[in-house]
Amino acid sequence: MANDGIDLDVPAGQIHALLGENGAGKTTLMNVLYGLTQPDEGEILIDGRPMRLRSPRDAIDAGIGMVHQHFMLVPVFTVAENVVLGREPTRPLGLLDRRKARREVLELSNRYGLSVDPDAYVEHLPVGVQQRVEIVKALMGHANVLILDEPTAVLTPGETEELFRIMRDLKASGRSILFISHKLKEVQAIADSVTVLRRGRVVGSPPPTATDAELASMMVGRDVELVVHKDVAKPGAVVLAVDHLAVLDETGRRAVDDVTFEVHAGEILGIAGVQGNGQTELCKALLGLLPVEGGTVTLEGRDITGDSTRDVLDSNVGYVPEDRQEDGLVEAFSVSENLVLDVYDQSPFSSGLVLHPDRIDESARRSMAGFDIRASSIDVPVKTLSGGNQQKVILARELGRETHLLVANQPTRGLDVGSIEFVHRRIVASRDRGAAVVIVSTELDEIYALSDRIAVMYEGRIVGIVPPTISAGELGLLMAGAGSAPADERAEVQPA
Amino acid sequence: MTGDVAVATGDEVRPPQGSEPPAGQAGGGPGERGFTQVLIDAVTRGNSVVVTIAAFVLAIVVGGLIIAFTNTTVLHAWGNLFSAPGKAFAAAWDTASGAYTAMFEGAIVNPHAVSAAFHGGPISAVFNPLSETAVTATPIILSGLGVALAFRAGLFNIGAASQFIGGAMIAGWIGFAVHLPIVLHVVVAVIGGFVGGAAVGGFAGFLKARTGAHEVITTIMLNYVMEYLLIYLLGLTVFRRPGNPNPISPTIAKNAQLPHLFGANLRVNAGFLIALAAAAAVWLMLYRTTTGFQLRTVGSNPRAARSAGMRPERSWIIVMLVAGGLAGLAGASVVQGTNFDLAPLIWGTYNVYAITVALLGRASPVGTVLAGLLFGALRAGGVTMQASTQIPVDIVTVIQALIVLFVAAPPLMRAIFRFRAPRSGGEQLEARGWGG
Repeated sequence: MANDGIDLDVPAGQIHALLGENGAGKTTLMNVLYGLTQPDEGEILIDGRPMRLRSPRDAIDAGIGMVHQHFMLVPVFTVAENVVLGREPTRPLGLLDRRKARREVLELSNRYGLSVDPDAYVEHLPVGVQQRVEIVKALMGHANVLILDEPTAVLTPGETEELFRIMRDLKASGRSILFISHKLKEVQAIADSVTVLRRGRVVGSPPPTATDAELASMMVGRDVELVVHKDVAKPGAVVLAVDHLAVLDETGRRAVDDVTFEVHAGEILGIAGVQGNGQTELCKALLGLLPVEGGTVTLEGRDITGDSTRDVLDSNVGYVPEDRQEDGLVEAFSVSENLVLDVYDQSPFSSGLVLHPDRIDESARRSMAGFDIRASSIDVPVKTLSGGNQQKVILARELGRETHLLVANQPTRGLDVGSIEFVHRRIVASRDRGAAVVIVSTELDEIYALSDRIAVMYEGRIVGIVPPTISAGELGLLMAGAGSAPADERAEVQPA
Repeated sequence: MTGDVAVATGDEVRPPQGSEPPAGQAGGGPGERGFTQVLIDAVTRGNSVVVTIAAFVLAIVVGGLIIAFTNTTVLHAWGNLFSAPGKAFAAAWDTASGAYTAMFEGAIVNPHAVSAAFHGGPISAVFNPLSETAVTATPIILSGLGVALAFRAGLFNIGAASQFIGGAMIAGWIGFAVHLPIVLHVVVAVIGGFVGGAAVGGFAGFLKARTGAHEVITTIMLNYVMEYLLIYLLGLTVFRRPGNPNPISPTIAKNAQLPHLFGANLRVNAGFLIALAAAAAVWLMLYRTTTGFQLRTVGSNPRAARSAGMRPERSWIIVMLVAGGLAGLAGASVVQGTNFDLAPLIWGTYNVYAITVALLGRASPVGTVLAGLLFGALRAGGVTMQASTQIPVDIVTVIQALIVLFVAAPPLMRAIFRFRAPRSGGEQLEARGWGG
């Protein structure tokens, strides 16, 4: 049961936020509204008239538009072609009326300030623009109700601001927007009214002016610590030293350029930056997943430049990759198999060639309890777990062994408040046990919550290493490549 | 016009998580997954056992219709449908059921042989059909295991023929050119068969690991290389049967022949036990060894395998060595178990069978054995059917093709048998999205 007796009212010309953790039933509810799933009970009224939505077609005809979490665009088509997909304006002989399609896209784009080029190929557009294409697509269907499913999950802070402006314009034109999110700040910033879902039920309709803590506890069902409690770092010896590192990405572009930094034991270095400024390549190079073009990586005094991933992991390095599903887990494998993905060939899980499934299962049960992994059993495929629980599987695996260095790339992306709190606490706990931690995040909140020092990456370079006391404005400027860290504010580590 | 919406939904059917993994869901990852990956996903977790069995039943029904309506007697009877409708249906039924009865008698048991045995007839005749099924199934199972194992590591091994030939060549050569004592000779020849197949398969694996050459291309090309290499070798004096103008090798020594399991009257031999043992070994390798864990990880998600410190290249070479060895064993089982010499075209149609039973068995060792037995039974029964009813043995190929067709078309099967769709539409749509 994903939705149980939900009542929801969206008045015209309002932005209504649907707030809930992953798996609370937000997406199911939206699929019901968009005709993708049929309700077993209850009804949908539009302008007071009951509607039966058997398919997205019905929903579109009823004036409902949807922007999915994952975009439904054809990458090799132009914007105009994508927008008219499914309702192509035709000329006699069934020819596609490209000019009309272009004109319509331009008109909508101009009216709502979407600045979308109808002739651009979708595959060449940044994610934020692709999302605007989706919005144009929904508006072309004369949508009066626009459903945005976690629209900010893929956007940079700047793009999010831009989206909010567009949402306000749409609201001003009398359209209703259903905004699905689990990010409290965004809901507070944009929503006129809020409905909170938990385990498929409506648990409340707080005013958008409610505090973070109120909204979060309503969502999670208990009080949540939004700010991770952490003591002042007691940095020890240098664990990781990166010296003039240069890395080429898969396309041969210099993604990491002359990067130098050190991370000490018992310290968290947060690497801030807009997505795609070399953070991912940096992490991969540290782990031996990308070849090093120049410079050195030293781990606990030993040169590990160019070592294999196996060797790096065996030197007590834990790695939380950016893309859980693609790099961190084998989705078809069971929870217990995923928990030994990089230690399956070590004692006690195997001796020589022989695998010991009983010991793997036993350890999996311990990890499940220790890391609060919610799954019906250790044998279910990991893809049936929610994102938060999948991430707990990875953390349990990487922190389950002795970890001297933890490299975590976007460790809480797409997770709900409760899971973020859990992941953050675990990361801080591993720091307090003496591990050196490198966190890459595009979320400023996360950077501030965790970092003992902040390194800012821009176009493959580290443009500054600053203390976490730096203002968000200054940090934002650094991330945008403007300004530089004032010399007297540079964070220096005081060895304990 | 306003946009007011009010919703009140009741209980929803599907729980959001914790349910069984959806069938027919090809990974759902981003578009970078190649066709092979999608195919392999579909094979390894595509259909439920129920769908496979339903496909078999449906293929038998459609096959029966084809048998009936390609028969001239039946067509004549249908020409007079309106004057004698009963006769038309009876003729169709008789032809189809007669064909399947003959097939059953040839593959499983012949009641006449059973009753004859009670009246002093040979006991071996009772078990002869099962023996024939086992003999026919042996190389199909072994080469099928080779393909199935490669599927598990994410490789599409189309080279069962070349690996089969590699195995047959070495096993055969050891059989006729080397003289060894009893027991030792047969064992050495079988091992030679494994090594011969492993060399050919491993070469394809090496090419992929070293140069990135796609295994589909290299294994297909190696099929030609090995087919012509065999023909070339059979033209040399070393491989030629003395005094015979045909390209055929000497008969292998008695010591190198796989021993019969139940006496000389039944052809079933130790090769069948090798096939079953190989299936067990493949299972153990996949699920009880670190190498198997690597293979499965690389096969399911090569990127995650790399992040976990595994080297997919290493897995590719290992899996192609073993897969080739299994197909090589198939070659050895034919040379040492039934043919006793090397001849051109000895690989027959095992390449196609290997892929088909691996697909049908969903790339699992047990499934491959069962599918191999099914195909063995169909082949063995088909021969009897042709002998006793004059219906061409090719109809067996048609039935096999129909099974594969139905297995490969789950939506068709769902439409016919009203199975439930694997997932609700919404999530399926989302899974097809990209860029997110």
